Amino acid sequence: MTVAIDRATGKRHGDRAPRPGLGGRFKRSYQKYWYAYAMIAPVIVVLGALVLYPLVYGLYLTLTDANSLNTARTIGVNHIDATYKFIGLDNYKDILFGPTAYDRFWSHFIWTIVWTALCVALHYTIGLGLALLLNQKLRGRTFYRLILILPWAVPTFVTVFGWRFMLADGGIVNLALDALHLPSPDWLEDTFWQRFAAIMVNTWCGVPFMMVSLLGGLQSIDASLYEAAEMDGATAWQRFRYVTLPGLRSVSSTVVLLGIIWTFNQFAVIFLLFGNTAPDAQILVTWAYYLGFGQQPRDFAQSAAYGILLLAILIVFTSFYRRWLNRNEQQLAI
Amino acid sequence: MSTTTAPTSTAATGQSAAEAGPRKVRGRSRRGRAASLASHGILTVASLIAFFPVAWLVYLSLGPDKDDYLHPGGIWSKMTFSNYSFVLQHTEFFDWLKSSLIVSLGTTVIGVLIAATTGYAVSRMRFPGYKKFMWVLLVTQMFPVAVLMVPMYQILSDLQLIDSYLGLILVYCSTAVPYCAWLLKGYFDTIPFEIDEAGRVDGLTPFGTFARLILPLAKPGLAVAAFYSFLTAFGEVAFASTFMLSDTKYTFAVGLQTFVSEHDAQRNLMAATAVLIAIPVSAFFYLVQKNLVTGLTAGGTKG
Repeated sequence: MTVAIDRATGKRHGDRAPRPGLGGRFKRSYQKYWYAYAMIAPVIVVLGALVLYPLVYGLYLTLTDANSLNTARTIGVNHIDATYKFIGLDNYKDILFGPTAYDRFWSHFIWTIVWTALCVALHYTIGLGLALLLNQKLRGRTFYRLILILPWAVPTFVTVFGWRFMLADGGIVNLALDALHLPSPDWLEDTFWQRFAAIMVNTWCGVPFMMVSLLGGLQSIDASLYEAAEMDGATAWQRFRYVTLPGLRSVSSTVVLLGIIWTFNQFAVIFLLFGNTAPDAQILVTWAYYLGFGQQPRDFAQSAAYGILLLAILIVFTSFYRRWLNRNEQQLAI
Repeated sequence: MSTTTAPTSTAATGQSAAEAGPRKVRGRSRRGRAASLASHGILTVASLIAFFPVAWLVYLSLGPDKDDYLHPGGIWSKMTFSNYSFVLQHTEFFDWLKSSLIVSLGTTVIGVLIAATTGYAVSRMRFPGYKKFMWVLLVTQMFPVAVLMVPMYQILSDLQLIDSYLGLILVYCSTAVPYCAWLLKGYFDTIPFEIDEAGRVDGLTPFGTFARLILPLAKPGLAVAAFYSFLTAFGEVAFASTFMLSDTKYTFAVGLQTFVSEHDAQRNLMAATAVLIAIPVSAFFYLVQKNLVTGLTAGGTKG
């Protein structure tokens, strides 16, 4: 009963005896690994029932014209059977190349890319800056740290409403801008300012996570490296460039990937900040939600097709990201 | 900065070095003080930015009238806790609290229980299909809400689980379970393999090793996974807004939205509710944040 209890065992491919027949191989591998399979079985079952089955069902729905008027539903005591029909890849064709493709998909796609890139860049640079400041010997840095993670500590759905009060017409932000004789934009009505506000609020919400993770990374860099660099006469910038950044590489590649995935999928900020009032500031995720649940009749098929497209984008991106990291011989910490 | 090691140095260079020495030191300490002042300045500004929106929400919650947010200066003179007493007495606040707790705790318990053995298995054992399994766990975590929402809605309405706690818990488990498995794998990786070997030498089966030796050692890791599942389920907006239909079953994330509709915006009550929700959750977060952070980043795995 040899369970591969060490990483080394998994690598013993070379010195195997000649392969037995298929049945024998199956039996041997069953005897050898049944512990492992028994232990992962609960998650396999849950994922199969809660992720795989809905995913396949959703894929099927994207090939139909299902909406809230033709799916099975129960009104009172009457049960109405589903009447939607199979239409092949028409949904995808319509989304990507149809006559309204630009207004409905591509404009949101571009905005989603801009949103993700800007937000993650802001999260990372501000987070790194604050982490560097907090990593010095400084009076009261525990206090600063506690205050600075406040946006992460309070649930997003609470703080977004706080921002909504502040940015509303006649809210405190515009009162302050008026007092300074600066123009006071319509944060929640004008498309450009809606986007600006969304990025601002999301940056505010997302910086603490980056800051704290990068601070952890900074503290794990060996102090003797800095001493050695200083002995060799490295300037502050050189120490940052050649000691700090390489030391942060593993943490950075992980948090940047997480940040990209989370920001790309960020639902709460935009949904709660604007509701259904800002069609042009919706990123793809909230737009897909709007198609499926925010309008009447609900367009289930298109919404599901957006979901599949989004997932495909993320998977492709992550594969390239991992490959790129592997080429640079970095290990992703997830 | 001494010239004694350079016997060939002329008086001139020696003098310049001696001059440069103290000047450099002085410049350094002045720069140090300026830099530390600048650091304090930047950190103070950043702290204010981080603090202000939350503080503002608390301040607005004390104004008795729903349009007070437009005239914040007026709140000073008529501060009152009337919003809080109204929210606690005349809204569904406690129903929402109950739903939020049922759903979040349910997700936490199921997520951690189911994920624990898997985290151990993928941390210690290599089996055919290992890489694929890890890839599946990774991909499940980046599902956008839009992917599962439509089919889940259809499936749950077929099973009559829309507008039920169980339905929402099941939906949340689809992300909580793989995430907990990842977190726990990271934690199990930090427990030395020698402990497993010792257990096996003493005749324990892998299940026995896991249950008797590793699980007691992994309590901090289990706690991190539990905190994280709880906080994620508590703050989830999209599924809760869609799948919970009756207002006594709303979670806080949905209930809070009901104060602002197209016809009426009871912002003062909303602010008070928001504060009531935020205080316990933030306190909880501050208690666990140290563990949470290490669990999230260093708890990741390699390979």
